[in-house]
Amino acid sequence: MILSRFVKTAAFALPLLAITLISAGCNGGGPAPSGIVIGEYGAMTGEEATFGTSTDKGVQMAITEANAKGGVNGEKVAVKLYDDQGIPDQAKTVVTKLIQQDGVCAVIGEVASSNSLQAAPECQKSKVPMITPASTNAKVTQQGDYIFRTCFIDPFQGGVMASFAMHNLKAKTAAVLTDSSQDYSKGLAAAFKATFTKMGGKIVADEAYGKGALDYHSQLSTIKAANPDVLFVPGYYNNVGAIGRTARSVGVKVPLLGGDGWDSDKLFEGAAGSLEGCYFSNHYSIQNTDPKVQAFVAQYKKDNAGESPDAMAALGYDATRILLAALAKAGKPADGSYTSDAYRAKLRDAIAATKDFDGVTGKITLGADRNAIKPAVVLEIKGNERKYVSTVKPEEIPT
Amino acid sequence: MQDQLHHFLQQLVFGLGVGSIYALIALGYTMVYGVLRLINFAHGDVYMVGAYISLLLARYIYAHHAGSPSGEVFAICLVASMLGCGILGVVIERLAYRPLRKAPRLASLITAIGVSLLIENFCNLPGVFGSSPQTSPNLLPGNHVAYTVQGIVIERNYLVLFVATLILLVTLWYVVTRTRLGRAMRAVSFDNDAASLMGVNTNAVITFTFFVGSALAGAAGCLFSGMVQNSIFPYFGIMPGVKAFVAAVLGGIGNIPGAAVGGFLMGLAEVLVVSYGPRFHIPPTYSDAMAFAILIVVLLVKPTGLFGKGVVEKV
Repeated sequence: MILSRFVKTAAFALPLLAITLISAGCNGGGPAPSGIVIGEYGAMTGEEATFGTSTDKGVQMAITEANAKGGVNGEKVAVKLYDDQGIPDQAKTVVTKLIQQDGVCAVIGEVASSNSLQAAPECQKSKVPMITPASTNAKVTQQGDYIFRTCFIDPFQGGVMASFAMHNLKAKTAAVLTDSSQDYSKGLAAAFKATFTKMGGKIVADEAYGKGALDYHSQLSTIKAANPDVLFVPGYYNNVGAIGRTARSVGVKVPLLGGDGWDSDKLFEGAAGSLEGCYFSNHYSIQNTDPKVQAFVAQYKKDNAGESPDAMAALGYDATRILLAALAKAGKPADGSYTSDAYRAKLRDAIAATKDFDGVTGKITLGADRNAIKPAVVLEIKGNERKYVSTVKPEEIPT
Repeated sequence: MQDQLHHFLQQLVFGLGVGSIYALIALGYTMVYGVLRLINFAHGDVYMVGAYISLLLARYIYAHHAGSPSGEVFAICLVASMLGCGILGVVIERLAYRPLRKAPRLASLITAIGVSLLIENFCNLPGVFGSSPQTSPNLLPGNHVAYTVQGIVIERNYLVLFVATLILLVTLWYVVTRTRLGRAMRAVSFDNDAASLMGVNTNAVITFTFFVGSALAGAAGCLFSGMVQNSIFPYFGIMPGVKAFVAAVLGGIGNIPGAAVGGFLMGLAEVLVVSYGPRFHIPPTYSDAMAFAILIVVLLVKPTGLFGKGVVEKV
């Protein structure tokens, strides 16, 4: 009897305990910090967690630097960060929270395009400037005139790899394996196919996988049968590792090509050496000898226990610095409020006017469509390292 | 023609690999339904926990005992996953389902969904498994060992997966049909109250059923993380769980051989949609939708499934 009462109590207490733990882990509540508050949202946990955590390290680095120099307009800058777990619905929820509860002047995020696409309409509706550091899907900035990005877009990135396959690898035929649950992947695949075909190449197999896929044997054996010169896999690092291994075991021996979604150290854990000699396009190379880049890399390593900054960290850093520069340019608000509609509109104009900004990911100019115009680099995977191969400028890709 | 046949056979081989996972999970659904008439929606999450047990244990062994992949590591991980999940299943039954045994069936069903959410979100916490996807190290030596039989590629890992599944299936069949405990299980499944009157300890039988069903899900989890080696995360059990549930319904829910056959059929259907779908303008990603299409067709055409018996509702 006593035991059964204990069991009953436990049955009620366990879920309650779990709920308490979960809400404690959510990093919510507490009064909003004073001064200038920048909102940030990203996948700090979840399937693409390194995207969010790397971006945040870049953001924090830029903020720390600015505050060490006395802040912006004489005020310290604070960041309010929410984890959206990489879930599009969550992204929308936390951004609404940032705007309505936390009084942020502008928002930075997300990496995955599907999540940015959910959050952008909220920012646009409330007229809060949003800068996505790394969402490359073309539709993101089309959500409205308050949405910006500091990276190139998929039509360009897909074109870069098509051009690289054609000119550097001398490929005549290509196969594509798309993650059909990601807008990012679909955008890249479409751009690759269009450019590769336009340049005279032929797409011999066009396969896809969904979110619940257990393995990729069936798709890859079809691709093997089509015998392409290269295989383009515009997925995220968490699946690409297993795809690489499976490709090698069903006998696909040609190089795999990918986009910036590959850029994570976790890729190597899943790939187990199978992606040796494969290539992917990226926003910057850590091997760039530019002193500005090397200074960034050195400081980042110092702050993060020797970890190398990936592209997401560099873009987070650049996006934050562009926003801080715009805040300085827009100046101190007359009424002291950084969240009034008038100030946000002024801030928006200041971001839109960004020209030749000297970022670690290259010179950034925001075009009329609020997209960054900048070159891409192609990296090769060699023994769990990313080696610089070439730089492709926007004007080199036929549109 | 030769090429066509060759391609088809190759797809069958892949389908049996994926199907093994579904078959093992489906057995747990069907066994629990057999004794309790309950759909245990937390079953996919038990499978997820099994995958994590195997992954964490393998990492621990490699890190602390300087071990290299070997049959022993695989055996240890498999047994640990099965035991761990078996115990988890028993705990779930004891805490969540037994207090509601006499309550309306809907209450247990809703509780099952609650348990599922609890496990997923608990495992998602940073201190537990965390939500970043992880990939298990290989449990067997050699990375991409594969055999070629008449031009058909058979991967060593998938062969192990398939054979291990067959061994577990035969063992289960033996336990259910040839042992006293198995006879008690069948008696409880046939009529719980009558079995109880005949002196069968129904609570013990139900506990045992949960243990075995969950242990099989744990085996599936270990085989997935260690042999298939795709990335795992706390929510990854949902989709295989749903598909295995469809497999159990397809085979006739409550029917043990039916669940195994249903699981293999689901695996085959999935790879066939991926490889032949495009010829009929069906995108390969419809393999997920296909699971639900099968469920609808089964419920419309033969609600008792392939091997299920029609049950006359007692008044």
